[in-house]
Amino acid sequence: MQVGPTGKLMRREVVKALLEDRNGMLAIGGLGAPAWDITAAGDSPLNLPLWGGMGAAAMMGLGLALAQPERKVMVITGDGEMLMGVGSLATIAVKQPRNLYVVVLDNEHYGETGMQETATRHGVDLVGMARAAGFPDCRLVKTEAELLALRDSVRSGVGPLFAVVKIDEAPQPLVLPPREASILQARMREAILGPEAHLQ
Amino acid sequence: MDDPRKRMSDAAADWPDQIYDLLKEHGIRQVALVPDAGHSRLIKRCLADNDIKVTTLTTEEEGIGLIFGAWLGGEKGVLLMQSSGVGNCINMLSVPIAHRTPCPMIVTMRGDYGEFNPFQVPMGNATQTVLEAMGTLVKRAETPEDVAPTVNATLRMAFNTYRPTATLLSQRLIGAKTFGK
Repeated sequence: MQVGPTGKLMRREVVKALLEDRNGMLAIGGLGAPAWDITAAGDSPLNLPLWGGMGAAAMMGLGLALAQPERKVMVITGDGEMLMGVGSLATIAVKQPRNLYVVVLDNEHYGETGMQETATRHGVDLVGMARAAGFPDCRLVKTEAELLALRDSVRSGVGPLFAVVKIDEAPQPLVLPPREASILQARMREAILGPEAHLQ
Repeated sequence: MDDPRKRMSDAAADWPDQIYDLLKEHGIRQVALVPDAGHSRLIKRCLADNDIKVTTLTTEEEGIGLIFGAWLGGEKGVLLMQSSGVGNCINMLSVPIAHRTPCPMIVTMRGDYGEFNPFQVPMGNATQTVLEAMGTLVKRAETPEDVAPTVNATLRMAFNTYRPTATLLSQRLIGAKTFGK
């Protein structure tokens, strides 16, 4: 697996690996680069890329995981987005959803707004915060081997799981999903619920 | 004997149970909340119901995300909060608006009618205005008899027309907290 100039994993390769052979796993992409990353891995009705709602990606994952307990749900978001909704770590940990996996792509910067530093750049430990909240499986991922172990755990293990993947900060080319959000929700609902989704 | 005064006092006491009955009638499966004293009886009813998943939030805007996620997965949700919590939700209302998804809210009012605490007044006075500024359909319930039809309308408009809606339960209905004064 290719690494960036900083020696860190590349975000697009990380997301591609996590969503490969996903076996119906649902994915929510936090606004900004993670939404483009899940789209670059292959746009799909199983993807809900977010154009807004900063701070709520993990909570959307919780609502979805509670509604669909037989399906795996992965939230892929950025460090800035996770920090804005960091209280949701407590909310999720109390509910202990066995089918929810939260993966933070941590480049230690606000990438969409000019690469200002986030709190993780200054040592704030999101893995430690998730562990203290009560996520039973929390990990820091820096290498390809750790990433593949994370993927194995998502495929065969139970949640809730929280992972921070340290990634190279270099921005990647934009790969934009549809911007009409009513389509994004309706296509995911239909993928989960069938045509009756639109008659609820 | 049918005593109209007793009937009225039953309605006064029973409106939280009437809201619970409406949640069941509408098939609500997820309830997101930050507690408020005015909702305590309804919260107890929801917690005692194995078919309703109750999620206690750290801040109300989490509930907007939770209800959206529940809807993606085919479950109906509702957000219970105090008027002060409405202020925490404002930008997050862009999520159900842009996605065109239901987001019903049942709000107990503070800073509305006989308030004691100065900090409750700014948000209580602005609750309806800011919700409406964010495209939410808002209806108020001022008396016990108003509650069931108003909440019913709020749930129907959310799930039939795919948008944020809110019932504001007046402080006149709930009673103002007096802190012993």
